[in-house]
Amino acid sequence: MSFISYLKDGISLGSIYAIIALGYTMVYGIAKMLNFAHGDVIMVGAFVILAAITKAGLSPLLSVLLAIIVCTVLGVTIEMIAYRPLRKASSNLAVLITAIGVSYLLQNVALLIFGADAKSFVTVIDVPALKLFDGQLTIKGITIVTIIACIVIMAGLTFFVKKTKPGRAMQAVSEDRDAAQLMGINVNATISLTFAIGSGLAAIAGLLLCSAYPTLTPYTGAMPGIKAFVAAVFGGIGSIPGAMIGGILLGVIEIFGRAYISSQVADAIVFAVLIIVLLVRPAGLFGKNIQEKV
Amino acid sequence: MKKSLTKTSKNNFITYAMVIVVFVVVQTLSSTGNLSNLLKGLLVPLCVYTIASLSLNLVVGFSGELSLGHAGFMCVGAYSSALFSNVVRDAIPSVPRLIIAILIGAAVAGVFGILIGIPVLRLRGDYLAIVTLAFGEIIKNLINILYVGIDENGLHVAASSAGLKMAPGGKQIMKGALGISGTGAIYKDIKGQFFLIGVILIIITLFIIQNLVNSRSGRAVMAARDNRIAAESIGINVTKYKLLAFTVSAALAGVAGVLYAHNLSMLKVSTFDYNMSIMILVYVVLGGIGNLRGSIVATIILYALPELLRGFSTYRMLIYAIVLIAMMLFNWAPAARTWRSRMVERVKGNKPKKEAA
Repeated sequence: MSFISYLKDGISLGSIYAIIALGYTMVYGIAKMLNFAHGDVIMVGAFVILAAITKAGLSPLLSVLLAIIVCTVLGVTIEMIAYRPLRKASSNLAVLITAIGVSYLLQNVALLIFGADAKSFVTVIDVPALKLFDGQLTIKGITIVTIIACIVIMAGLTFFVKKTKPGRAMQAVSEDRDAAQLMGINVNATISLTFAIGSGLAAIAGLLLCSAYPTLTPYTGAMPGIKAFVAAVFGGIGSIPGAMIGGILLGVIEIFGRAYISSQVADAIVFAVLIIVLLVRPAGLFGKNIQEKV
Repeated sequence: MKKSLTKTSKNNFITYAMVIVVFVVVQTLSSTGNLSNLLKGLLVPLCVYTIASLSLNLVVGFSGELSLGHAGFMCVGAYSSALFSNVVRDAIPSVPRLIIAILIGAAVAGVFGILIGIPVLRLRGDYLAIVTLAFGEIIKNLINILYVGIDENGLHVAASSAGLKMAPGGKQIMKGALGISGTGAIYKDIKGQFFLIGVILIIITLFIIQNLVNSRSGRAVMAARDNRIAAESIGINVTKYKLLAFTVSAALAGVAGVLYAHNLSMLKVSTFDYNMSIMILVYVVLGGIGNLRGSIVATIILYALPELLRGFSTYRMLIYAIVLIAMMLFNWAPAARTWRSRMVERVKGNKPKKEAA
């Protein structure tokens, strides 16, 4: 029974990784950049929820909505100020270093405002636990909500990208930016929209992450952010179902590593997975191998 | 016949001369008692960070990749060499012991560089940044649970203090999160010379990097940076040269770690964190990517200033973040570049150039 219990924990953690990875993979697929600050947007979202509930006394639902709005605006603003001017820069390194700067900035602003000590997160999602097999297996309410949220978000995003006009514009920009522009697609607006969706998802991920692991520091988002990137690479960067599968697999690997090997090397195992994936199949499980031409 | 120097070697000699002049000035100030103890304490760490930022510049500036785990390489260099110094503390006199320790630190960090570089540098994209970042974190986790002790049966390695199973009279060297203590004390006899050793190491680092960059291999590295496809098409093995630059950089970061470890009485793994890697990156970016002299100047200014203005330290990391973003936008955004060249024209008093009719 402990195996199933670990599996359930792994899927729950993996679903959170999957939601974060969706944000990474969309931005990477469309803007062709690694948004290092994505993990820290999660942290901002969680802090907004915490502050809205404990300081402003808003209801949980309103606080979550507020966090989604704040993160969306933050994501779009970051893109506009820090990334857009560098989109045509001669070196890829430029935007990468700027993204690290933004990530570092968010962490340190949060550090100045909220301090370095860990805050305990409030209960936002109050769903009763599910007991199975005469109470031998308990599935927490948050686990159920996380998994359902992950499935709904993935289905919604797939529909959005495949069937709607802005979604198709995203696909076009991801395929060939210049050609998309010639077809009358507003490339800047499309990239902004991508950042908006990714950052809005980050707020939800922040809620789920801090509900499952209820401590919050300015560095809370950094490590899950990096692991979600590993998940995105694992599934094939740029692919929406890939991000989901990669995220869940990675969550299961991490929990199993923690349970059966050692909790101190669980992170090392996750990154060993990344290195193995890069060695064996750099395009990931669902990625396409694109041959580059001159 | 008078031998004339090429432009590159002249340039290189100016850099060496700069370092030596700074060293002589500081040393004179120090021996005449014009240097406060606080400043004296900063000198060796300054050498450490100068070597680290020079080595990071080799990766960022010349091979166009980003390493976010430089603190990790310093960490493995520091721990491996400190372990060595502690094990052979009575067997070898100080000077040769330090030299061997430096070589060991460089070799161990270099091996880690190769191990990380092989899977990652074959690929395009920003994978090196993520993997090196992960490396820095993993190394910290692993050293945190690593215990090493020595007794008459030899070295014992374990994941806990009790797991060492030492014979009575044995001595623990590495104590997990507590790290290695007492390395500085082993080198008490040459402690006063550490600044000199640091400067010599800076010059050796400069010598290695400048000669690498201006060699055939160095040109191949830069060609791969500027246009990977074109470089491959003329037969340059891109992965090999990127790996070369990355490994040399890792080894030099290891040397910085050795100097760091041997200057301290207490070596703790928690100092080699993400903030340290970012700090070194800020030195490189502010000094100018690909500009070695700039790295030295930026390191001196950015390291010494906040240490001297202690009250400023709350905002230090915040200011680093803003410096990083602003410098990148100012130096690399196409719009900022045209604006800058227009300003330069105006300052020179030239009218803006008209396009030829």
